[in-house]
Amino acid sequence: MSGAGNREQVFPTRMTLGLMKGKLKGAQQGHSLLKRKSEALTKRFRDITQRIDDAKRKMGRVMQTAAFSLAEVQYATGDNIAYQVQESVQKARFQVKAKQENVSGVYLPTFESHINEEINDFKFTGLGRGGQQVQKAKLVYTRAVETLVELASLQTAFIILDEVIKVTNRRVNAIEHVIIPRTENTISYINSELDELDREEFYRLKKVQEKKQEAQAAAELEENLKKQELENDPVKREEQIQKEVQKLAAGSEDDDLLKENEDDVIF
Amino acid sequence: MSSANEAMAKRSLLAAIADEDSVTGLLLAGVGQVSNEVGKETNFLTVIPGKTTVEQVEEAFDTFTSGRDDIAILLINQHIADLIRFKVDSYTNAFPAILEIPSKDHPYDPEKDSILKKVRRLFGE
Repeated sequence: MSGAGNREQVFPTRMTLGLMKGKLKGAQQGHSLLKRKSEALTKRFRDITQRIDDAKRKMGRVMQTAAFSLAEVQYATGDNIAYQVQESVQKARFQVKAKQENVSGVYLPTFESHINEEINDFKFTGLGRGGQQVQKAKLVYTRAVETLVELASLQTAFIILDEVIKVTNRRVNAIEHVIIPRTENTISYINSELDELDREEFYRLKKVQEKKQEAQAAAELEENLKKQELENDPVKREEQIQKEVQKLAAGSEDDDLLKENEDDVIF
Repeated sequence: MSSANEAMAKRSLLAAIADEDSVTGLLLAGVGQVSNEVGKETNFLTVIPGKTTVEQVEEAFDTFTSGRDDIAILLINQHIADLIRFKVDSYTNAFPAILEIPSKDHPYDPEKDSILKKVRRLFGE
């Protein structure tokens, strides 16, 4: 029964029983809280997944537009501007800032695009011709990268949430399937042990009482027997009476101190 | 959480491993950063077919993901991510975030995206 199941190694006392009951209550409360947390996170997670899906599709379109505008630039400038662009890069104009958002105790980072307008590394790109197209490509690409940043923050949130949900679910399951049954087993074990002790004690008391009663009954029986014997047997009774009379008589003779003659008694 | 906060605050750059056109476009948008610091010379790698080896791509990937601490997002062309697919798929950290982007010559295939793969696996599709 309880001893066979998985339980904690404890002494079956009332104090441990109290402790175990407290533990069980705590575990149940924690379980319900964690379950709710996991549900909240999962809801958020599904939401983010949906948004990632949308954003990925949007990214496909945006990047296509961007690639097209770059093709325009190449057509307008006539030569390959890639080399020129790569050589003139110095400082990042487009940067991101990480912010944090709290979802049921989980910090989810979100990136925010931050454009420093003072930096312009491509002042001379497309100076000869196609400057307009270059400007347009810059704008389009900036917007595309903004979309990418948005997608990246969704994706980061996705990865972190995924991890956190896994951990939370693992905890929920551990409490539900390991800690609670184990504590319940321990409680029932302690209860059964205590009951056993109670029964033992009760049986012992009963036994003691029984013995006492037996002894009393035996004593009474013996006395009654004696009395009856006396009453039933006239010879014996006579003897007894005579004995007693003799005793009294003897007593009156022998026991009288005043009649004793003792020489060595000096008053 | 404060240490993660600090680690995040430092990460402000975007990095790119992409073909020439994509790199040009991203640089036009202003993501490029060039410095004299050792190990942080550029934050972009131009992959030229036939000239850039897979080892170089791998090395750049490692540098951008674990070597540098100032990169928040790594943009990588999907067809280049395919070259080092095992690395991209086994990468699980939140920072820097890896984003697979389409390139001009290779249309975007959602089937291959490591994140979308995870999404599908989670929802049992």
